Amino acid sequence: MDDVTEALTASVAAACARYADPDANWNPRLWDALEEMGVTLLPVPEERGGAGGDLPAAVEALRVLGRHAAAVPVAETALLAGWLLAGCGADVPSGPLTAALADGPPDVLRRVPWAGHAAGLVILTPDEMLYAPRDAYDVEDGANLAGEPRDTVRLRDPGALRRHPAPAGAQEFRERGALARAALMAGAMERALELSVRYAREREQFGRPLAAFQAVQDHLAEMAGETLLATVAVQAAARRPAGLPVAAAKASAGAAAGTVARLAHQVHGALGCTDEHPLRHVTTRLWAWRDEFGGEAEWAESAADHALAAGGPGLWPLLTRDA
Amino acid sequence: MTAPSLAAAVPPPGLDGLRREVREFLAAEIGAGRIVPRSDNWLAGWDADFSRRLGERGWIGMAFPPEYGGSGAGFLARFAVTEELLAAGAPVAAHWIADRQSGPALLRYGTEEQRRAYLPGIARGEISFAIGMSEPDSGSDLASVRTRAVRAPGGWRVTGTKVWTSGAHLAQAMIALVRTGPPEPARHAGLSQLIVDLAAPGVEIRPIRLLTGEHHFNEVVLTDVFVPDDRVLGTLGDGWRQVTGELAFERSGPERILSTFPLLTAAVDRLAARGCPDRARLGAVVARLWALRRMSLAVAARLAEGAQPATEAALVKDLGTRFEGALIDTVRMLVRVEPDLLSSDPLARLLAESVLHAPGFTLRGGTNEILRGVVAKALTRES
Ligand SMILES: Cc1cc2nc3c(=O)[nH]c(=O)nc-3n(C[C@H](O)[C@H](O)[C@H](O)COP(=O)(O)OP(=O)(O)OC[C@H]3O[C@@H](n4cnc5c(N)ncnc54)[C@H](O)[C@@H]3O)c2cc1C
Repeated sequence: MDDVTEALTASVAAACARYADPDANWNPRLWDALEEMGVTLLPVPEERGGAGGDLPAAVEALRVLGRHAAAVPVAETALLAGWLLAGCGADVPSGPLTAALADGPPDVLRRVPWAGHAAGLVILTPDEMLYAPRDAYDVEDGANLAGEPRDTVRLRDPGALRRHPAPAGAQEFRERGALARAALMAGAMERALELSVRYAREREQFGRPLAAFQAVQDHLAEMAGETLLATVAVQAAARRPAGLPVAAAKASAGAAAGTVARLAHQVHGALGCTDEHPLRHVTTRLWAWRDEFGGEAEWAESAADHALAAGGPGLWPLLTRDA
Repeated sequence: MTAPSLAAAVPPPGLDGLRREVREFLAAEIGAGRIVPRSDNWLAGWDADFSRRLGERGWIGMAFPPEYGGSGAGFLARFAVTEELLAAGAPVAAHWIADRQSGPALLRYGTEEQRRAYLPGIARGEISFAIGMSEPDSGSDLASVRTRAVRAPGGWRVTGTKVWTSGAHLAQAMIALVRTGPPEPARHAGLSQLIVDLAAPGVEIRPIRLLTGEHHFNEVVLTDVFVPDDRVLGTLGDGWRQVTGELAFERSGPERILSTFPLLTAAVDRLAARGCPDRARLGAVVARLWALRRMSLAVAARLAEGAQPATEAALVKDLGTRFEGALIDTVRMLVRVEPDLLSSDPLARLLAESVLHAPGFTLRGGTNEILRGVVAKALTRES
């Protein structure tokens, strides 16, 4: 991580700690602080109102947000809506944004992240990009397993929306969404590991800390390995955010998320199953995020497609491209 | 080495008809909207009316003799009925613990008066029990419980805190493991089981919410609660042996395999209609389930003979509870739906319930790490 990114992630972490509100499903004060810092439009070019950062830096910021279970649509704003608007040469409005894919002319959109709290919604159809400000749509509240808003959106008058030729395809949209979720998961896993290690050292049974039992040590080591694997995969994919790298990163992070959440709960015993314990803030997100923008099954199939397209002689070159 | 051993059991004749009867009843209940199938509903689905309807049909207390209100149909008939209820995802929590565990403990160790006081009500689906074993500092290390009973005229005064007590806010009574004497000569000595009336003065029940927000378990604070002598269960000082005997019933039942089965039903339904992308993966789960059921049934047959196959029960629970979790992942690989508790699609809802309840599968009733310790100890014991 370069110095600039390191300074950035440190300030994101400080803001998350300062404005922590773990039970809220939308944290406007944290949003304001992040917007002030330029994190919410980090990879958007400066001439479009962004901070002109790159994807690897954005991924580092998302990891920190995931680690703090931050209830803000930075992934949606910075990596999707801001990217699409800038790609059309449009100015990017301030405030939280969200984005959704539509197969055809949009009317009803489902499971749109934070649609109710967003200032506007960017819709990508096969050939157009539409921008709907908040007053152009109605929202029916929905939620993912962590309680984060995943709303049903009804456009009031789709014909009246501002439209542009599509700046990107659906596949690219899903890849960026998947990369963002993988980055958030990597952060959430770090937190689950940290909580588990701390608990294993504090909690005693049979007159010894849990960390003294080999079975528990085994769990902690497995969690550490999976977390690290996901982190490195996400960082590498951010440098080449399409094709096999993203598929591999999302599939690996999703699988790791399941393992890490399971073992974190196992180490925490019954205490971790309660709504008072902070573990749930990250584990419920891991369970939700692993299925958003495609689960392990979809991305594993995508990885297989890349391998099959490369063929036997092309497989090793495919795996070793760029690193 | 003492290798665990089991033999595949042949279910007694006549159970097919019973299963059919239960299936028809459940189809009618679901069809009329009286119950909704859910994952992990033996833990989460407390429906006292439904339990009473089961009681009327003689499907609770099947292992109790008729003089205590049971149907006398026996342990394996009970196994068949409970399997059917679990497979359908029926809400059976209100009577589950009493029927599975507290009732059999009363039959085995209880006085005549205790049996008459509780068993008929359990069999009618009217009396619910809670398990008062765990404490804040005593989870896996159950023998370290600190809740203490001291002698008082005509009984005991009990003080201490129990936690994770499932259904204590709705149950009438709790069988508590407490210290009645010093841990001598060994730390397992001096423990006893007391039947605590949860309405007694000095009992305070505070909710502890699950990570879903559901009120399922509780903290039960006992302050100088009077328990009369006639509510001691079994032999004073013999609590540890009694509790570990109970665990063979608690650990080997079909609820250690079938907690997420309603999700598999919904998934297979969808896959049969729309095609299955990976039949080997689905088949592996179906095959595993088939085998695990036989294993659970074999333990049930041993229990029905009066044996205490503790090691085998631990193995069923370790394999079965891991299967309950693995099933969720298989479904996720085969059917692409995001889990959603609020969804009108039963598959998305069942998936959400399964994912959110899964952490408890490998903890409740003794963690898998502890179970494997039990197995390893038996395997390496000099015989
Ligand atoms: C949904 C649910 C319902 C429950 N209902 C009840 C109830 O009705 N009544 C009741 O009394 N209890 C109930 N329990 C409590 C349950 O019995 C305990 O959770 C269980 O015994 C483990 O104790 P603990 O949670 O304190 O974990 P701990 O004992 O603190 O264990 C934490 C972790 O350390 C591991 N560990 C501990 N000791 C060792 C060791 N020696 N070697 C290797 N690993 C070890 C454990 O396996 C676990 O992974 C319930 C629990 C759940 C989740």
